[in-house]
Amino acid sequence: MATLSPSVGNILDQATQKNHSQTQVGHDWFVQLKQKGWENFSALPMPKRNDEKWRYSDTRTLNLENYHIGKTPSEDQVNQLIAQSHFISRPAGLIIHIDGHCVLRPAISAELAAQGVKFESLQDALKHHPALLKEFLLKHEAGLGGSKFLALHQAYLQSGYVLHVPKGVEIKQPFVSVNWTLADGVAVFPHALVIADERAKLSIHEYNLSATPQLKALAISAADLYAGAGANISRFSVQGWSNETQSFEIANTSGAKDSLISSVNAALGSRRARLENTVRIDGPGADVRLYGISVATGEQEFDQRTLQIHNAGKAKSDLLFKNVLLDKSRTVFSGLIKVAPDAQQTDAYQTNRNLLLSGEAEADSMPGLEIEANDVKCSHGATTGQVNPEELFYLLARGIPLPVAQELLAEGFLEEVLSKVDDEESAAVVREMFRQKFHQS
Amino acid sequence: MSEIDDSQSQREAIEVDRTKGDFKYEENYAFDAGIGLSEKVVNYIADVKGEESWIREFRLKALKTFTDLPMPTHWATEDLKNINFDEIRYYLSKGQKPSRTWEEVPDDVKETFERLGIPEAERKFLAGVEAQFDSEAVYSRMKDEMSKLGVIFCGPTEGLRDHPEIFRKWFGKVIPIGDNKFSALNSAVFSGGSFIYVPKGVKVAQPLQAYFRINAENFGQFERTLIIADEGSEITYMEGCTAPKFETATLHSAVVELVALKGAKIQYITVQNWSANVFNLVTKRGVAEEDAEVRWIDCNIGSRLTMKYPGVVLRGKRARGEVLSIALANDGQHQDTGAKMIHAADETTSNIIAKSISVGAGRSTYRGLVHMPKTLRNCKNNTECDALLINEHSRTDTYPAISVRGQKNSVQHEASVSKVSAEQIFYMMQRGLSEGEAMSLAVNGFVNDLVKEFPMEYSVELKRLIELQMEGSVG
Repeated sequence: MATLSPSVGNILDQATQKNHSQTQVGHDWFVQLKQKGWENFSALPMPKRNDEKWRYSDTRTLNLENYHIGKTPSEDQVNQLIAQSHFISRPAGLIIHIDGHCVLRPAISAELAAQGVKFESLQDALKHHPALLKEFLLKHEAGLGGSKFLALHQAYLQSGYVLHVPKGVEIKQPFVSVNWTLADGVAVFPHALVIADERAKLSIHEYNLSATPQLKALAISAADLYAGAGANISRFSVQGWSNETQSFEIANTSGAKDSLISSVNAALGSRRARLENTVRIDGPGADVRLYGISVATGEQEFDQRTLQIHNAGKAKSDLLFKNVLLDKSRTVFSGLIKVAPDAQQTDAYQTNRNLLLSGEAEADSMPGLEIEANDVKCSHGATTGQVNPEELFYLLARGIPLPVAQELLAEGFLEEVLSKVDDEESAAVVREMFRQKFHQS
Repeated sequence: MSEIDDSQSQREAIEVDRTKGDFKYEENYAFDAGIGLSEKVVNYIADVKGEESWIREFRLKALKTFTDLPMPTHWATEDLKNINFDEIRYYLSKGQKPSRTWEEVPDDVKETFERLGIPEAERKFLAGVEAQFDSEAVYSRMKDEMSKLGVIFCGPTEGLRDHPEIFRKWFGKVIPIGDNKFSALNSAVFSGGSFIYVPKGVKVAQPLQAYFRINAENFGQFERTLIIADEGSEITYMEGCTAPKFETATLHSAVVELVALKGAKIQYITVQNWSANVFNLVTKRGVAEEDAEVRWIDCNIGSRLTMKYPGVVLRGKRARGEVLSIALANDGQHQDTGAKMIHAADETTSNIIAKSISVGAGRSTYRGLVHMPKTLRNCKNNTECDALLINEHSRTDTYPAISVRGQKNSVQHEASVSKVSAEQIFYMMQRGLSEGEAMSLAVNGFVNDLVKEFPMEYSVELKRLIELQMEGSVG
């Protein structure tokens, strides 16, 4: 291995992709799926500035060159990072990846296993449940502009997990997936496939982190979630990659009749992070909550694109994205609510609030509606401003210094969303991450 | 079954009468640039008008820009592709000089405008009236005392010929040729419109008025308006638009530039009632200097497709910009309207209130832009857009874009979508109103707080118009 030239393993080389496909589980359809991903990636153009789905994004600095497939980490490194991965004391299951390699295969209780619950690495699931994967793997499109990135994810699909909870099984404790980047210049492609059958209940927490804060990396994640009739899926995703990471996450959720779906996205890391979150409601009575919070510092760019599709009537969706901006950071929120012609009696809401704590930060907001049914309640709101001067004065008058006062108010601003996280331990971990970020800034 | 009846009667109830302008007269034009767009057409227009060479060059440059720019269908509706630029007539006129008295206007044109109520409007003490029939103004009149105060009210040809020292400086500056494909088109073939100058400190108490009418089939109307309000002056300008119904599409593509110098106020009011075959693609923008105010009041009722986003560039400290907009889209209509607020100085404020009503399969779209760059302090914007959906498959979209940087700037945007509640209708019907009347009342209530913001004479007229039309259509 030591004799290989530095370009070997570069993700833009076709040889890398071919080699990557061949070293894996030998299902033909899976190799073909990856091949198709590569073809799509090669055919699609990079997003451009005047591309409406990339409006306000800094497309000039998009760059996929000089990233490599991750090598297997050393035992020491593995042990060290595993030790840092216990965010919840008693998770229903824990899976850990480093640079795209699964280093901790999940073990679930015999009780859950007996109920038919599956929580496995993507590689194991390919061996054990090929039919399930063939049916559900990468069936969604990236409808919000990230097709090229999703195609690259597909071309290098290997790491990730599959979580399947069968009919009627309710699990309160969260499942946890932790993805680490470790080597400089690494590219990772974490995949999540979550299936909750009829009336099943599950919670999944995902932590995306880097071993060192200045690591250069590329992360293209995809998550596909299926909520069956009456199912309940709760997802908490923490984007805490290193400050030199370019990250893309494309999440697609579909909700059947009476399903309950809640997702919280917390963004702290990456130099540029783009989130594309689509929720499609296919059955009446579904109730979807989408939340997002971020603290952007330095020259970070957080680019959030959301789509709430109401294909069925009598369903509800609600979205709240809150951003705190410091230094020269930038956030983009672009949200769209689409109500199909027959989706009468839809309730759909969307709110974006941006707190500017610096004169050089920039918050861009594009809350959108496309409504084709008349019997609906839909609204959206967007505000961008500073901390309330009266609240600030109140704190200052009690001798609290300005930066501390601002931090307190910003924490209060974020708390509205953090309080929605379904596990207090996990919420506390992320609350502390935000606090540290303020202190570093 | 009753549901179908309901929706039918509801639709009839809020259907606005678009037949008022639906009549046409024979087309016998002294000047006709022919069909299609080419350098020859542009040169013909410049020749007929006897324009100076710099204007001709401006036109030819614009023609090239128009040809080079793509259709903006990457964000706008695909319906734009249905405009066939080769089938449009770009210049038609019965004569070059507007008449000064009503009697001199050709009889058929006079009758057209009488049916539209122009002399009537003048009798209501309007300060000035200009009427445009296809490409050229046919009637232009301003009260003598206005002329004495130094107010200039003329067309672009006269403005650029007789007062270049005033108008040339700003012509094509607020909206440059290449701003968008349709501003380029207008810059190439513009004809008619109003050029207005209000001198320092002059406050024009009565509104100036213009009427635009398309009479010929396949005709494109491209008027050009430039209003300059000098320091401390005030002016209100009102325009109305109509066209008869034709089988084929007709194009209206205007450019309106407003300049409010220090402390000046400009209020620009539009009632657009084009017939449902008109593509109405208009670029409107104002510049507001220190302490100045630009206010757009925009009502879009007619047309097949309207794309219009009046904007204000807030260039001076404490400048203020406002857009109040009402749009009604019926079957086959798409009202794609909105507003742009470009903050470019400290302590500037802007306000956007947009209300739309979608009836039948009508579609209304709000598109907005609010921009505050990083050097600014203490700027504020407020945006509210409300949409009312009348029928099962009425459609509404909202696409705002808000970009904020700088110190102590704040922006708030709210939008809501609703229908007339069954309770409201029930309540009114219980008190003896027909369902149609109840719906009409509810719709009027929906726009009422905006209509109140309009100048008195105008809000009364608008309200009466809506009421009359609605009552008339209740069987």
